[in-house]
Amino acid sequence: MSGIPHDHYEPKTGFTKAVESRLPIIGLIHGTLMIPTPKNLNWMWIWGIVLAFCLGLQIVTGIVLVMHYTPQVDMAFASVEHIMRDVNGGHMLRYLHANGASMFFFAVYLHIFRGLYYGSYKAPREITWIIGMIIYLLMMATGFMGYVLPWGQMSFWGATVITGLFGAIPFVGEPIQTWLLGGPAVDNATLNRFFSLHYLLPFVIAGLVIVHIWAFHTTGNNNPTGVEVRRTSKAEAKKDTLPFWPYFVIKDLFALGVVLVVFFAVVGFMPNFLGHPDNYLEANPLSTPAHIVPEWYFLPFYAILRAFTADVWAVQAVSFITGGIVDAKFFGVLAMFGAIIAMALVPWLDTSSVRSGKYRPMFKWWFALLAVDFVVLMWVGAMPTDGIYPYISLIGATYWFAYFFVILPLLGVIEKPLPTPATIEEDFAAHYPGAAE
Amino acid sequence: MMKKLTLSALTALALSTGGAIAAGEGGHVHDVDFSFEGPFGKFDQMQLQRGLQVYTEVCSACHGMKFVPIRTLADEGGPALPEDQVRAYAAQLSVNDEASNMQLFDYNEGAARPLTANDHFPANNSQNAPDLSLMAKARAGFHGPYGTGINQFLKGIGGPEHIVSILTGYTGEEKVEAGTTYYENTAFSTGWIAMAPPLYGEDVEYADGHSNELHHEAEDVAAFLMWAAEPKMMARKRAGFMAVTFLVLLTSLLYLTNKKLWAPHKGKKTSL
Repeated sequence: MSGIPHDHYEPKTGFTKAVESRLPIIGLIHGTLMIPTPKNLNWMWIWGIVLAFCLGLQIVTGIVLVMHYTPQVDMAFASVEHIMRDVNGGHMLRYLHANGASMFFFAVYLHIFRGLYYGSYKAPREITWIIGMIIYLLMMATGFMGYVLPWGQMSFWGATVITGLFGAIPFVGEPIQTWLLGGPAVDNATLNRFFSLHYLLPFVIAGLVIVHIWAFHTTGNNNPTGVEVRRTSKAEAKKDTLPFWPYFVIKDLFALGVVLVVFFAVVGFMPNFLGHPDNYLEANPLSTPAHIVPEWYFLPFYAILRAFTADVWAVQAVSFITGGIVDAKFFGVLAMFGAIIAMALVPWLDTSSVRSGKYRPMFKWWFALLAVDFVVLMWVGAMPTDGIYPYISLIGATYWFAYFFVILPLLGVIEKPLPTPATIEEDFAAHYPGAAE
Repeated sequence: MMKKLTLSALTALALSTGGAIAAGEGGHVHDVDFSFEGPFGKFDQMQLQRGLQVYTEVCSACHGMKFVPIRTLADEGGPALPEDQVRAYAAQLSVNDEASNMQLFDYNEGAARPLTANDHFPANNSQNAPDLSLMAKARAGFHGPYGTGINQFLKGIGGPEHIVSILTGYTGEEKVEAGTTYYENTAFSTGWIAMAPPLYGEDVEYADGHSNELHHEAEDVAAFLMWAAEPKMMARKRAGFMAVTFLVLLTSLLYLTNKKLWAPHKGKKTSL
């Protein structure tokens, strides 16, 4: 692996020499664990470990849950109750898995916003960013399909609404929706394919996570200053970095411990806080719930989906220009996927020469507004579609697009950034004046 | 900046989920101080037994509990009936509805066999009476403070309170619409419920001599339905407490390890 200059693994015993000459696996593990890491990483650089833990937790609890679950419309709901009542520790497994999804998304949002603030997406880390975005999309697909499996009211109606989005695509929408569902409506075929994919996708995610890590192990971590580690010599690189083991492993494990304390308090004492009570009613195709609300982690994008109603002038204009092919429903679908694509394109939309938001006086405020916008969209996504809420959604959705497509490109031109430190070593020394050299 | 971001993310999470639960709920739900609330709450065995009696003598005339195995009545932490009583209880349950009869049909005998403790409670008898196995979790009464729903940590989601409020919320007013009689109820989302008042007070005679006023009966059956919906609640809270305790210990040790590990690089003195 190329990257920051550092000491490579040298096998010393006969056995390790023999293994290493046949399969350089010890060197690979050594290289991965001992990677030089910028020593000024702050507490926002811990979410990667939390995310890796979440993926492991979901896969392990999920595999055991599958041993007791039945993907069949007449038995799915009852089999979940069987897990909750009869399977040893089944109630804990299920609550860990359900709340684990929430911890996963909580961590991924902070991980993404960390990247957005410190410019982690900028060259040369675009591929790391794009792979991350693909992982995030797969996480959403996996989370959505997992929520369908218990076959409660929200499972069923959530599946109906979300697959209905694909039905909004002009001309080919209906066949696509039928193909996704395996029939004209959400039914046994839907449940079976969702179950199959819900089992498959986490392993695809795991594979992509390895590529994600490989990519940033090549470019090196970004850091709060956005200043690169010096690569001119091993000695200089050493002044900017510390090896991942033990320094960052211990730091990250401590942070993971703090997150897990909160997680287990939720699982142990309020495991249904993040769920919807309606999902404890068995799916009933004849009874539509009063409000169909997706899981909290979809709410910001759900709000964007609902923001563009037929009475918004932009929607009317697009509908007129396209001769009605892009109607309000399809416009909403385009906006929702567009909001995620905007994030994926950010490496090319941000024109600033400075990487870290710390040294960008104007960017800071626009970024803070984006974070607030995300929170507001999440809140309004759970609200009904009457009164003032549609206006809030519309303003929130508009700002989301404005940030990526207008503000970021312009800021790079008009903003005068602050001076950045020359090296990571200098930045670290400024934080810890007592550090011995 | 990033600290604020984390905080705002937590706020968003709380607000949006509270909102999600708040949506679609109406009616007034009053708080009841149940014994099983809070991180250390426990079911009251006598109350569960009284609730079972109310369920058996009143609710089960129409409603069912098809996901609850009868044998779990003997489980520790639940009503904890002696096993012979559980067997006797199962044997006297009548199965009226066709669906349950089909499952219990014994081809050798040519008739439906009697229930045993290994069967589940019978399903509902009346088309319109919802199954009560999970009712205490399928309704949320609490969304506070400020719609965050965080008070669930201490009070639970408010499902049992919702049940108590429905059972005690009848005003006595009635109306007939399209051939169905509706009864005014202050706790029901639309204000009018199709279920006739099931309890009036003194409907059952408690063996333990406990008061059988309306609100006592309502609370007892609500507590029983909470147990029916979440029979492993006490085990879960115990597991949660153990996990949090050990994680706090482990995290403290990791904190100290981390501090000592980084001290030479940060130029800090450490007494460890």
